[in-house]
Amino acid sequence: MQTFVTDLLCIGAGLAGERVAIEAAGAGFDVICLSIVPARRSHSSAAQGGMQAALGNSAMGEGDSPDVHFMDTVKGSDWGCDQEVARIFCDNAPIAMRQMAHWGVPWNRVVAGKSFYYKGGERYEKEEKAEKEGLITARAFGGTAKWRTCYTSDGTGHTVLYTMDNRAAQLGVAVHDKTEMISLIHDGGRCLGAVARCLKTGELRVYLAKATLIAAGGFGRIYRESTNAVICDGGAHAAVLDTGVVPLGNMEAVQFHPTGIVPTYILVTEGCRGDGGTLLDVNQERFMHVYEPDKAELASRDVVSRWMMHHIREGKGVQSPYGQHLWLDIRHLGEEHIRVKLREVDEICQNFLGVDPVHSLIPVKPVQHYSMGGVRTNKDGAAYGLAGLFSAGEAACWDMHGFNRLGGNSLAETVVAGGVIGVKVVDYLRGASAQYGTAVVADRVARDQERIRRLTEGADGSEDVYKVRAAMQDALQDGVHIFRNKEGLERAVATLQEVHARAKRIGLKSDGVGANPELALALKMPGLVRLALCVAHGALMRTESRGSHAREDFPERNDRDWLTRTLATWKSEGDDLPTLDYEPATRTFEIPPGERGYGGGKIIPMDSAPKPGKEN
Amino acid sequence: MDRTLKFNIFRYNPMAQGTAPRMETFVLPEIPSMTLFIALNQIREEQDPSLQFDFCCRAGICGACGMLINGRPGLACKTKTKDLPEEITLLPLPVFKLVGDLSVDTGSWFREMYARVGSWIHTDKQFDPLAEEERMDNALANEIYELERCVECGCCVAGCGTARMRKDFLGAVALNRIARFALDPRDQRTDRDYFEIIGDDNGIFGCMGLLGCEDVCPKELPLQDQLGFLRRKMGLTAIRRFLPGAK
Repeated sequence: MQTFVTDLLCIGAGLAGERVAIEAAGAGFDVICLSIVPARRSHSSAAQGGMQAALGNSAMGEGDSPDVHFMDTVKGSDWGCDQEVARIFCDNAPIAMRQMAHWGVPWNRVVAGKSFYYKGGERYEKEEKAEKEGLITARAFGGTAKWRTCYTSDGTGHTVLYTMDNRAAQLGVAVHDKTEMISLIHDGGRCLGAVARCLKTGELRVYLAKATLIAAGGFGRIYRESTNAVICDGGAHAAVLDTGVVPLGNMEAVQFHPTGIVPTYILVTEGCRGDGGTLLDVNQERFMHVYEPDKAELASRDVVSRWMMHHIREGKGVQSPYGQHLWLDIRHLGEEHIRVKLREVDEICQNFLGVDPVHSLIPVKPVQHYSMGGVRTNKDGAAYGLAGLFSAGEAACWDMHGFNRLGGNSLAETVVAGGVIGVKVVDYLRGASAQYGTAVVADRVARDQERIRRLTEGADGSEDVYKVRAAMQDALQDGVHIFRNKEGLERAVATLQEVHARAKRIGLKSDGVGANPELALALKMPGLVRLALCVAHGALMRTESRGSHAREDFPERNDRDWLTRTLATWKSEGDDLPTLDYEPATRTFEIPPGERGYGGGKIIPMDSAPKPGKEN
Repeated sequence: MDRTLKFNIFRYNPMAQGTAPRMETFVLPEIPSMTLFIALNQIREEQDPSLQFDFCCRAGICGACGMLINGRPGLACKTKTKDLPEEITLLPLPVFKLVGDLSVDTGSWFREMYARVGSWIHTDKQFDPLAEEERMDNALANEIYELERCVECGCCVAGCGTARMRKDFLGAVALNRIARFALDPRDQRTDRDYFEIIGDDNGIFGCMGLLGCEDVCPKELPLQDQLGFLRRKMGLTAIRRFLPGAK
């Protein structure tokens, strides 16, 4: 068996992983990134819309500052975020955008003069200032007070990832692609690295590192309908949960994006609505302005998704063989705008729907999109529970998003958090020395080899891994979706417990030899069901509505009892539920909990104000 | 509709001892809006769980699923079965090393390519976190983006006559990459620098002008224009080296 020794092991070579890797490599440390796919195929590449940073260069962004960005982010999170972290993020975002420009991102720039834009289907005029010509420009996104989203047409994730990977290649960061981490090596107190499976040969490998970073993206594929790439399946999270000591934070906070196309659930960017696209119902009438007179289509994603589902429940959905949906209308933006600034949207509609968005409506409905929850870290990106383990990007619950993430804040997070946490990882590496207990490593490898042997021989049963996965996905889809209630959640938990038992009885149908895909899924399947149980059980226990977590039986946001973050740990392999603990959502309040200004809903205020003299 | 599709799929697992490459046939009823992504996953989940193929974004954005579809390189995710005959033959992309069945190793090929072309901005300027960003004309930013839309699917390499004959041929993807950096004022490299990288038969002068690359590019990149542009530029650079006073 091959063993690799390095300073920093990054699980994931998307934007967050590579940004941390670049910081460490730049400081002279050895870095290896593991990636299931070649480096530039990570899900980061799919982000179309852009990255929020308060540069304030564009006319509609005038007067923007990190303070305004911070206010939007905290409101967007429904006060579920860690305000200290949100502050670090907003202050560093403009620097990160400029750094990406320096490294080669072809950001769209300010063009001086008058131009038109659309809002709520109406045409308006704006004038860009001559002195700002050529600076990084911005577009509108949901939930923001200013136009703040930096972009490159609608291929922002693509250009930023390519630039980032160029930089990583320049600094000699090693990317071991088609390599999948299957377990973390740890001694209960310190993380020593990981066992991985080569997806070219099927061989196991050991990676030993002073520091290990989880930057494996989200886990949306535990749902049946998701905008996520097929690699966003939660395998890395499952391995973290399996340590038994590292908690996952706020797993019940799952974001649904308003505009997944029906039936493939590929995302069309929020930029469509940012640029002035509207949502229509079965009568081809707008409805968002009725529910949200001020923000309309540009309220935050949780709010728009909820009103869309509500509107469908009111009988205003469009019937289709794939269930009910609504329409997205961008026709009025005009052919040039659609073919150039929304080209990916144009291509997706043409290629996957056979619809031309210049002339036709786009069928959309809310689908799973983003995981606010993830590996719980402190503000330095250090995971709870194991020294030497870090996490960044969507994989982490660093927690600037709380219970709802604003569009444009996740792509920005990958780069900003990667930079900030990268510095902290370098600090850690400078003080760290490698200590590997060989028995610990051998034991972990032996356990993984035994898992593979039992699966290949069918020693525990003959459950079909794909059927088990489908049962898990259906349970979440049916019981833990946009609207939640006690009955549905209890049913989901009970179903998932049965699925968990089945997942322990999986046996391979094929031989498992080489880069066998059935084995890859079977190895993580029990862990994925545990993730699903963290989501469902966490949602059942949280008896309030906050951001994306909407309980029909507890419609109030309850700051008195639930201004908290859920921490889910899987203590023992024999358990069939996670152990839940809670911690305060934020230790410091720059802004006390208040109204978001959109989304409606009652608030049960905190018993006492967080700081003397401040009232809720 | 109501068609029954016959998939002839290349099968070979290099790690399974004593096996030989072969074609295998799978049969599926066609459903509305079926793509090769849907069909291949259905075959794997219902008929042969060992079948290897690559998908990632499944939305034509990441470039993971390049393969030969009835002989032509293309992205499987955005190929609809209704645009194909009832009998569909799927083979792995040539040129790249085979991993198994329809899966090939594009990652190693591209990583080597970045190293050869120096696929990053070459500059001696230091980033100043306190300074305003350097300005750029928006039209130029859009032009750079046009060339940066490549998803490294490998279809242009697989569809290239020269790449099939010359193992070290850079291919349209690398030449397009050079064109992207040549356009970018942030990159301080000169034509002479680029000539060192692509001024031979493994680079721009190896291109036979068959333009299979542009025909099969799923992102419809203007590869033909870039090849012509670079060949002229490199030709002039070569001539200048022999002119009096050349350095």
